[in-house]
Amino acid sequence: MNRVVITGMGIIAPNAHGLEDFEQALRQGRSGIRHLSRLEELNFSCQVAGVPSGYEELAREYFAPDRLVAMNSGMIFTGIAGIDCWRDAGLPMPDPIEGPVDWETGAVIGTGVGGVDTLGDVVFPRVKEGKVRRIGSTSVEQTMSSAVSGCLGGLLALGGQVTTNSSACTTGTEAVIQAWWHLQAGRARRVMAGGAEGVSEYIWGGFDAMRVLARGFNDRPEEASRPMSASACGFVPGSGAGILMLETLESAQERGARIYAEIVGGHVNCGGQRNGGSTTAPNPEGVRRCIQGALASAGLSPDDIDVINGHLTATMADPLEVQNWASVLQRDPKNFPWINSTKSLIGHGLGAAGGMECVASVLQLSRGFVHGSANCQDLHPTLEPYNTRIPHQTRETDARILAKASFGFGDVNGCVLFRRWE
Amino acid sequence: MDQQTALEKVTAIIKPYAKNLAPLEEGNLDARILEDLGVNSARLVDIILAFEDEFGISIDDETADKVRTINDAVRVVSSQA
Repeated sequence: MNRVVITGMGIIAPNAHGLEDFEQALRQGRSGIRHLSRLEELNFSCQVAGVPSGYEELAREYFAPDRLVAMNSGMIFTGIAGIDCWRDAGLPMPDPIEGPVDWETGAVIGTGVGGVDTLGDVVFPRVKEGKVRRIGSTSVEQTMSSAVSGCLGGLLALGGQVTTNSSACTTGTEAVIQAWWHLQAGRARRVMAGGAEGVSEYIWGGFDAMRVLARGFNDRPEEASRPMSASACGFVPGSGAGILMLETLESAQERGARIYAEIVGGHVNCGGQRNGGSTTAPNPEGVRRCIQGALASAGLSPDDIDVINGHLTATMADPLEVQNWASVLQRDPKNFPWINSTKSLIGHGLGAAGGMECVASVLQLSRGFVHGSANCQDLHPTLEPYNTRIPHQTRETDARILAKASFGFGDVNGCVLFRRWE
Repeated sequence: MDQQTALEKVTAIIKPYAKNLAPLEEGNLDARILEDLGVNSARLVDIILAFEDEFGISIDDETADKVRTINDAVRVVSSQA
């Protein structure tokens, strides 16, 4: 099977745009969580969220007007992160209209919910008013499940398989694993992989109604996302996109590409919504099997993991997640891998979470640091034994293996293992 | 409405959808909206809706299908506005 490496990355997150800015944001513990007056007007309990700042202005720099008329926020994030990733991989931008198609590059770009902003603002009102004709021509391409991957395929003239996966909050990580499998099997030279999620009160409203969003921090937005904290009070909704260029090692070396890391293992599964699992909660055995499956696919032992970038959303599931990691790794808490939560700085990007957090993971690994996990000075009591392994401040490391996991509604799990490129 | 005003408004509406702006900048009234301006054919629907909003008119599908050039568009909106 082919070895697979990462040769490019792109990110537009609530706290940064671009790799250099994102690295600094992670290192400095810069939060991207803000109070949104719109959510206050709409009587949300949670009135804070993570939205990439200035993205509409950025969109006008990245996209021609005729393309932008049919791009909602999720597609804009995909396009920006995707173009950045493409350029970072050292590939030439194609002509926007004519010219060759790259038949050897595909894309798996996931989204959790998709273009609900377009449905809510454009489609539903006009259909209900009996004015279907006035929907115009751009709604279908913005609301089809594959809107994000379709958008990227057109921007970059991709000619391999271009598809969208969707598995709730596991989506972005699952996309990376699917792309990895695809390349291992020799079906393409490159596959762009990651996740995107738009800015939408329609998406966030459902979670607010479930009472799983952070409440009580509307006047302190930067403190609202509190993974692993005793005072965690629900997750902060986020948005953005993170996309990675996965490439066979052979292809990368042939063209002399810069390599960030190698993907050495990965696994996805479902807990079957049994034995503690449900639509909204993980079956612990499923989580453990997923992590074990990733390790087995890499031929690594539990002692090889240096860093865990957890799912860790700031709900009651955080202690259970760490318990599952501990159960699989069987390591003394003092010798536990570093474990942090990128959501503490950017919130929970839902379908984008895995993509943005895989970029954060590979950046940390390739540039030798683990970022501080914010807002957990008051650790949850069951996590106290791990206190010395949860970085409250950013630390330099020489970590070699990082495990990135994502878990999602539907009791679905994903775990990918990155190895620093040496 | 005079032809010049109609032309300016029609041009402003079509411009964001055009990949090739040269014919618009040259004032080529015979430029074909799809072939010469490079407008995505699906977007003709949006352009017709924008004409209706801008000029306060209603354009039926049969008339819309006959709008091929800038001149056609100006003629349609001028005849109804």
